[in-house]
Amino acid sequence: MRYLLNRLLWLPVVMWAVATLTFIALRIVPGNPIESVASQILDPEQLARTQALWGLDRPIWEQYGLFMGDLVRGDLGVSMSSGIPLTRLMFERMPPTIELAFLALLGSSFIGVTVGVLSVVSRNRILEYIVRFLTTLSLSVPIFWVGTLLILVFAVNLDLFPPGSRINSRIPYQTITNFMLIDTVITGNWEALRSYLLHITLPALSISLTSAGFVARLTRSSMLEIMGASYIQTARSKGLSEGRVTWWHAFRNALLPIITLQGLLFGTLLGGAVITEVVFTLPGMGRTLLDGILKRDYPVVQGAAIYVALVYVLVNLLVDLLYYVADPRLRQTR
Amino acid sequence: MQLRRLWRKSPSGVMGTLIFVIIVLATVFAHLITPLDPLATSVATRFQPPSATALFGTDNLGRDMFTRVLYGGRSILGVGFAAVAFALVAGLLIGTISGYRGGWLDNLLMRLMDVMLSFPSVLLAILIVATIGRGLGNLIFAIGFALIPVFARLVRSVVLSLKNEEYVTAARSLGAPDGHIIVHHVLPNIVAPVVVQASALLAVAISTAAALNFIGLGVQPPDPDWGLMVADGQKMLYDAPHVPVFPGVFITLVVLSINFMGDMLRDTLDPKLRRGL
Repeated sequence: MRYLLNRLLWLPVVMWAVATLTFIALRIVPGNPIESVASQILDPEQLARTQALWGLDRPIWEQYGLFMGDLVRGDLGVSMSSGIPLTRLMFERMPPTIELAFLALLGSSFIGVTVGVLSVVSRNRILEYIVRFLTTLSLSVPIFWVGTLLILVFAVNLDLFPPGSRINSRIPYQTITNFMLIDTVITGNWEALRSYLLHITLPALSISLTSAGFVARLTRSSMLEIMGASYIQTARSKGLSEGRVTWWHAFRNALLPIITLQGLLFGTLLGGAVITEVVFTLPGMGRTLLDGILKRDYPVVQGAAIYVALVYVLVNLLVDLLYYVADPRLRQTR
Repeated sequence: MQLRRLWRKSPSGVMGTLIFVIIVLATVFAHLITPLDPLATSVATRFQPPSATALFGTDNLGRDMFTRVLYGGRSILGVGFAAVAFALVAGLLIGTISGYRGGWLDNLLMRLMDVMLSFPSVLLAILIVATIGRGLGNLIFAIGFALIPVFARLVRSVVLSLKNEEYVTAARSLGAPDGHIIVHHVLPNIVAPVVVQASALLAVAISTAAALNFIGLGVQPPDPDWGLMVADGQKMLYDAPHVPVFPGVFITLVVLSINFMGDMLRDTLDPKLRRGL
């Protein structure tokens, strides 16, 4: 319990550090965004006025104080390039990315756990080599290239899936939470759900394929370790069937380290989602971050960094909780 | 003799090393292998599929893809090596100071590393480039910076475990200065785990570099680069599907061979580390 409490207290510290670091880093670089973008179109007097409007003429400590004050109140400011409030921009762009990462998590866990367990259960040398090669390949192949190949094969050549975007724009869709899986089910909009699933299959698959190797390796080593444990021998000597021993005794315990991995994996998947969104032209954090970078839109980059960090830290906290629930031993010792 | 034993123990590791060395040499000596200019355009030879004259075909500007793939490895491999070297030096420094000194400095440095680790490395690199701007030098810094905590923590843990070894206590009781102890007793013991970790991180650095180049934050067109070429190729999937294929094959080959090489290094240099994960 103390451990969980510790993690909970850690959360605001991480958020503060991320916010401060992005604030400092953005301002270390000479030339502020207004100068770099608007100096050609504005005369010096207009330029000064615009900078004052954004508070960029004040000393850096004052800017930091204002930024932190707003942040505590949950106000991340307004995008410099589009004028849209950050909270609205994030509501538009964050859910698609989380949803994609979540689906990828399901995909990679399913593929990885299946492959990992099969490689242990089959006890086949050749299969073992194949699995070892495939898992290493999965860790090595660049995600954007897998995405491109999937588009090439399944969209361009076979025409089975659309090559990009989040949903067919002709299908009416009502935004409530902006998580399409939730919205379409709430409103009973099955046509939109079908379209969304068709569109998201290739992106989710490209992330899953490149991270399933992690899961498979961990599942394999965790299963191997447990299959050698004494309680597995006991179970066997009681005359239980091999299937029951494998699934009921070994697999359930092998799952624990896999759960822990999910939190770690989610971060990688979030990074993967950002790249994949660029491949499949999906509106999400990847596109937002890139646009922010190219336009030197301070508030957008800051906001995106803070939101991504928040999601990542929260997911890890959730995983800790899950682990706590899944392993009764922890509840007694801690 | 030695080589044969190594081959029997880890065929994939030897193959990986071989492939990696060949690719590195091919990119370094690209100008000797192909007489063509990677930037030379030619309208007459646009969108040609792979053939005997253009091994990997040509792209939308009629540039020879084989030539571009060879030259395109330079930036990405260079960035990978430089980033790992940067992270290695910084990580050694931070890890040694942190582990050897201990106290509040150790606490401060390690909490800083925790914050950095609480961000996925690809995202961290993207965010750093976001703040300091695009370009090759910035790319190296961004990727290297994101990898520092891995080295720092590794070095610190080794230093901590060595600090209480008897021979270190003996050296100290004989009046050896800290610098002497670090250079002669601590650093030699760090080499093996650090080499193993460096090879693993080289793979990470190269794939991160490829990803950042793909989304346009590193090398700028028309310069050839594997990641950038896949991004370019994506725009001509209908006209010339071969364009994004070859650079991707090379990224995969390089990272795959480094990973196999790393597995071999770990098994031979650091038997204490467990296999399987």
